[in-house]
Amino acid sequence: MDGTLPPYNEDLVRQVLEEMKILFEQNQKEVALTVDGETGLFSGVHLRHASLERNKRCLLSYIYNRMLRIKGLRWEFGTVLPEDIKYNLCEQEIQWFTKYNKSLATYMRTVGLDLTQDMKPPKSLYIEVRCLEDYGEFETEDGTVVLLKKNSQHFLPRSHCEHLIRQGILEHIL
Amino acid sequence: MAQSEGDDFLLSGEATGGGDSEEEIEVTAAEVLVQLEDAWLNEKFAPELLENKADLVECMLDQIKEMAKNLKKVKKGDVVASLHKLEIDRIRYVLSSYTRTRIEKIEKHVVHVLEQEAAREESEPSRLSPEELQYAKEYADNMEGLFKSLALQHMPANMQNIDRKKAVPRPNMDKYVFMKVLENQEQVMIDPEEDPIDLESGAQHIMRYSAIAPLLSNGSVSLL
Repeated sequence: MDGTLPPYNEDLVRQVLEEMKILFEQNQKEVALTVDGETGLFSGVHLRHASLERNKRCLLSYIYNRMLRIKGLRWEFGTVLPEDIKYNLCEQEIQWFTKYNKSLATYMRTVGLDLTQDMKPPKSLYIEVRCLEDYGEFETEDGTVVLLKKNSQHFLPRSHCEHLIRQGILEHIL
Repeated sequence: MAQSEGDDFLLSGEATGGGDSEEEIEVTAAEVLVQLEDAWLNEKFAPELLENKADLVECMLDQIKEMAKNLKKVKKGDVVASLHKLEIDRIRYVLSSYTRTRIEKIEKHVVHVLEQEAAREESEPSRLSPEELQYAKEYADNMEGLFKSLALQHMPANMQNIDRKKAVPRPNMDKYVFMKVLENQEQVMIDPEEDPIDLESGAQHIMRYSAIAPLLSNGSVSLL
């Protein structure tokens, strides 16, 4: 997952759906003719039906795979998507994202764990981080306030900076 | 994860586990942790969703909250305190990773998981915790809603349904897994074309998952 998503190809999806409509209507016509006694149309009907199935499968795969990527974005960026990515989602996908957020939040709340934290096994309590952009003041659990300025380096509890690292505000120095 | 001696001080609380049996068995927190770690590894390596261990998670979560509270009393900058803190972090990682693995599996095979749940006998324990079931249902509905609104409802009338037999991702039960035998087993059928074999306690094998799935669920083997 590289944190990007190409725009939803509404045009192409519509074309595929239109093609399906034409194929379907043609099939209906020929089935009606066959019922009336005409012969030799069967293979054509079969072929068109296979194309219909194929189109359906491709469309659903396209939507499903985009959905998986959008889901990945939730784990990467949190509940708010960066504007440039959000721009590439279609309206229904944004709706899906909102609902997914809600379900996940409900689940995490009832279990009492933030699953998007602790993604890697902890090696030490504190890690050295470098600040990549001006963030402002950041309060740690024990109440110490740290000023996160661009290019400053800090030694902070790992559990507090994990989200900031994933958002690209801090960088873990190895 | 090795238990240092100092853990006794924080992990000494008596915890109750095995909530589904009538009489509650007293176990120590350290034992719960071992059980949780086993469940975690099994879940990680098994292709399908295993029975839920929500009681272990809940119990351990209470434990680390308790530990964190005890830690507040300890002087700041104490070496022992920071070691305990690290231990809490480690346990929380195991808890998160375990729960996350289950959620990933539920999402991936959501239709399959819900079918399994629907086909379950009344007497059989559910693989899903109530929260997980709720989550699975929401996820499936949400996904179906997306398919419908973007594509299915614009398709010809006879194509608007999803054929579940063809289009649903299911776990690969024939995946090969590494496993360790915990209790002696006699005459286990591994392959219908070969003689059954005996599994000796402590031995390690690599085998098809489907052959040992029943042994995994009754705790006779564990996955590595």
